[in-house]
This record gives sequence, structure tokens and C-alpha cells, in this order.
Amino acid sequence: MANSTDERVKRASVVTQLMRQPEVGALIGAIAIYLLFSWRDTTGNFAGLGGFAGWSDIASTIGMVGITVSLLMIAGEFDLSSGVMVGSVGLLIGLLVQEFNMNIWLAILIGMAFAGGVGLLNGWLVIKTKLPSFIVTLATFFVLKGANLAYTMMVTGAVRVTGVDKAPGYESAYNLFAFPFKIADGVQVQASVLWWVLFTAIGTWVLTNTKFGNWIYAAGGDANAARNAGVPVAKTKILLFMSTSLMAAFVGVIDVLRLQGMQAGQGVGYEFFYIIAAAVGGTLLTGGAGSAIGASIGAAIMGMAYIGIPYSQWDSNWTSTFLGLILFTAVMVNTYIGRKARGGKR
Amino acid sequence: MANALELKNVGKSFGSVIALQGVSIEAEAGAVTCILGDNGAGKSTLIKILSGVHKPSSGDFLVAGEAADYNSPRDALDAGIATVFQDLATIPLMSVWRNFFIGNEIERGWGPFRRLDVKAMKEITKQQLLAMGIDLRDTNQHIGTLSGGERQAVAIARAEYFGAKVLILDEPTSALGVRQSGIVLKYLLKAKERGVAVIFITHNPSHAFLVGDRFFLLNRGQLLNRFERNNVQLEELTKAMAGGRDLETLTQEIQAVRGAM
Repeated sequence: MANSTDERVKRASVVTQLMRQPEVGALIGAIAIYLLFSWRDTTGNFAGLGGFAGWSDIASTIGMVGITVSLLMIAGEFDLSSGVMVGSVGLLIGLLVQEFNMNIWLAILIGMAFAGGVGLLNGWLVIKTKLPSFIVTLATFFVLKGANLAYTMMVTGAVRVTGVDKAPGYESAYNLFAFPFKIADGVQVQASVLWWVLFTAIGTWVLTNTKFGNWIYAAGGDANAARNAGVPVAKTKILLFMSTSLMAAFVGVIDVLRLQGMQAGQGVGYEFFYIIAAAVGGTLLTGGAGSAIGASIGAAIMGMAYIGIPYSQWDSNWTSTFLGLILFTAVMVNTYIGRKARGGKR
Repeated sequence: MANALELKNVGKSFGSVIALQGVSIEAEAGAVTCILGDNGAGKSTLIKILSGVHKPSSGDFLVAGEAADYNSPRDALDAGIATVFQDLATIPLMSVWRNFFIGNEIERGWGPFRRLDVKAMKEITKQQLLAMGIDLRDTNQHIGTLSGGERQAVAIARAEYFGAKVLILDEPTSALGVRQSGIVLKYLLKAKERGVAVIFITHNPSHAFLVGDRFFLLNRGQLLNRFERNNVQLEELTKAMAGGRDLETLTQEIQAVRGAM
């Protein structure tokens, strides 16, 4: 009986409805940055396919983990160990291949299982100890960072593993996860870009269309109220810690296949890229609001900055400074828009 | 007929702190049972036992005449005991319909394509709230934009819709103005008319007296007194709750101060 043209319902204007979407600020920012670099570009490539291939490559690996970090942040938790996990899994796969000549698929499976285990441990510790996840995962971060270096040195006598391409099964794994495909003459797009698009779609679907997505928002919005309504908050959070670790591991797999080896320090510092992507994309640091597509747009902005700055012949040492300013501006604008769109309170 | 909910000689202690001791209450279907108590009387602990957050340390907890053993609020909910917590009832940044269906989402589709039936949930939310006399512009708006009374009403409507046989309200009027309180009390009576056993927890004897059928007075973790509707007056209730003599002394003291001015 509820009619869609109910005269009592004052329809929110299209602009207001659009502004209510958390990622809209990031989208405006992405367009602005795209235009900025297209204008300043000295190579004539940025706006073309060549530029796209460049920035989408960087954006894809940030974006994939950024999505799961965003989901985790919506549920009110952080994972600072997500960056180092990329390196840990890549190194683990490299060591298994180098030391045991293991089949790459088995090594990938072990790497993923390891990441899932660490994610489970992160989540379990956060729930059981009730300590802030910032502290728990910061500890995991440093434990893994040290272990990556120490273990790699101990086993190989060097700070990197190599020769992953000699592993049995390398070809098929490479073709699935890391194969670049040609989109125009001399322009190759990485397979990771396709994976990124896929995970953006899955993340968005989960958040907006599934029960689990509802639980993610509830867990971060008000964990007590959620529990009282019967939402399994602990399970939801633990699953999100695990997906974040697993997604970082997936990026580690792509990296190790592409580079055919891995540095012991790989991934350290990436955790901030993921958090920046999520925050620029409109995810609240206090939890309860955000989106998957926002994190992907945030990642795209970062990819464009990494490519656009050298294309504009600016000193690329300034890239981080640029990203810092973007982060601040984006979160400020997001907060402002959010307040306006929600009308009044909050 | 068995009481919808009953506590027999229930006690609860946290370490060496005794929060509740020898508390017995009954709540009947189609009646409003009020539990009155000042701050620190043990109301919160009592609610947490009833809603499945805590287990009693001693005594019996019966629901529809059978022993209840709940490990979580989910268990209590499944048994038809819904609790509307004072300020923890809703999640401000989520839309009204998402709040209404949280933990009880309607899904459709198959396998990996199982998804929320958003249209159905929006429609049901709108109808249920309309039945309570709340006409929302848009169930898609954040629940944080509603007034305190409306949010309580959404929580009550939600509990009823999901088949609550016992509805526990934790201080639903304490943060509200007079008009809003009146609205919430009206919803509470509506729930009673539909045969729900309503347990109304409050420190406000006037609100309790307006709607209550039976009154239990809690003080310092123990049951102090019980009254039935037809043998108690508001003055008596207020007095009993404030500890009788204390209030008289206080009144005299205040009058003395006022007289000196």
C-alpha cells in the first residue's frame, strides 16, 4: 500500500540525495585532480591510455586493500599491520619456493593461510583483550616487520628472496594474477586493475546489499546497540580483520609474481596509503559510515598523484606532501558535506 | 496461566559487590509492570539479567513458566524478550529502515546473490511506524535526525513487530520532555493492549503511576515493596520510593530554606 508518490513525503532534492553518498566528495576531488594533471601534463600522455595504465597500476594495489581497510574502519577498527602483511606473504612464498622448490600454487595457499591466521589473531586479540585495535595491530606490524627482515636474513643470508619465476606452476599463477594485457599499441594494463574493479564491486555489494554489510555499519555505529539487537559484533569484526589480512596477502602474491622476488622491507608504510584511501573516500575514522567505492576513488587519486607529479615535471619528492594536503582537504570537505546533507544534527 | 516472566529470589554479585539480592518479580501478559528505583538501586543489573546480558548468580529466572538460561541478548530475543535500552536502542548514522531490521534483515535471492530485500523492509518500516502514529518523510533518513521520543517509538515498534511477548523499557522517558514522554507512554499502553507483557523501568513515579498495573520498588539491590494498581496512590508511591521519611525531612528542610529567604 505504501505508494512511492506519497504526498506526505517531501522528496529530498537530487543534489541532497547525491551529497548523502559518502564518496561524492572524493569523486569531485578525483575529477579536480584529473583535470589538474591533464592541464599541467608535459608529456601529453596523462589523459590518454598511457597515463591510465600508469596510475591504475598504482591505484589498483592500494585500492584493493583500501577497500577492506575501509570496511574494517566502518566497523570501527584499524589494521596497521595490513601494509607489512604484503611483504610478509610475498617473502613467505619466495622462501618456500627458493628453499624447498615448492609448487607456487601450494606456496600461495600457505601464504594465504598464514595471512588468514594473522588476521584471525588480530581480531581475536582485539575482541578478547578489549584493547584498541590501533595498539594490537601496531604490535603485529612491528612483530612482522622485524620477522620479515630477520627471517629472510637467517634463511637466505640476504635482504631479499629471488627466483620465484623458477617455481613449478609459476606460469599459470602469473597468467591469472599478474599478467599485463595490451589495450593499445605499446600500452599495457596490469591484471591487478581488473582484480581491483572486481573487488570494488564485491565490496560495494556486500556493504549495501547484504546482511553482513548491515552488521558492519551497525558494529561501527554503535557496537552495544548492535549487540543488543542481536548482531554478532565479534564475529563481524574478526571476519573483517581476516579479509583485510587476506587482501594484503593477495597483493603480496601479485607483487611477488610480478617482481619474481621480494625485498624484506616491502609493504612497510603501505598501511597509511590504505587508510588515506579509505579516509579520502569518505570513511569515518570513528566508524559507522563509509563506502567501498569511496576507498577505490581515494586510491585512484593517489595513483594519479604518483604519475601526474613526474609527468608535470614537478619534483616527485613532494608526492607525500601533496598526498598529505589531499588527505586533509578531502576529509574536511567530506565532513562538511556530510553535515550539510544530513541536515542539522551530527 | 503462568506469568510471562518471573524472577524468584534472584541475586547477582560481581566479585565481592552484591548488586541484587533476593529479588522476586512477576510480569503478566497484557499488563504494565513497573520497576521503580533510584540511582544505584540495581535497576540496570536487573535489566541486564532479563535481557540476557548477565546470568543471575542465584535464584530462578522463568519465562512462560519455564526456566530460562540465556547466554546472549540474541537468546533472550529468540525467546520473545525484547529490551529497549535507554540510549543504546538505535544507531544514529544508519537509516530508519536499517535500524528497524537490524539483526532481523529480510533477504531474498539465492546462494552468493542473497541480498537484502530493501523495498520490502522500507515498506514494512513505514507501515509499522504509521500504525504507531509516526509519519516519516523518508525511512532512508538517518535515525539520528529523529527526536528522542520518535527513536524510542521506532525501537518499540521494532520489538513488537518481531514478536516480542515481553517488552522491557529501560528509562524510556528519562531524557525526554513532557510531551515526548507522553507520546512514549501512549505507545507503551498500545503494546499492553496488544497483549504484550510490558516491563517499564523508571525512576519517575508519576510516569509509572500513569500506566502501571503493578509496581515493584527496588532499593540498594533488594525488593523494598510491591503495590497493585488498585491499592496505591501516587503520593504513597513517591513516598515509598524516596524512602518516605527522607522525603518529608527534605521537604521540611527546603521549606525552611525558602522561609529564610
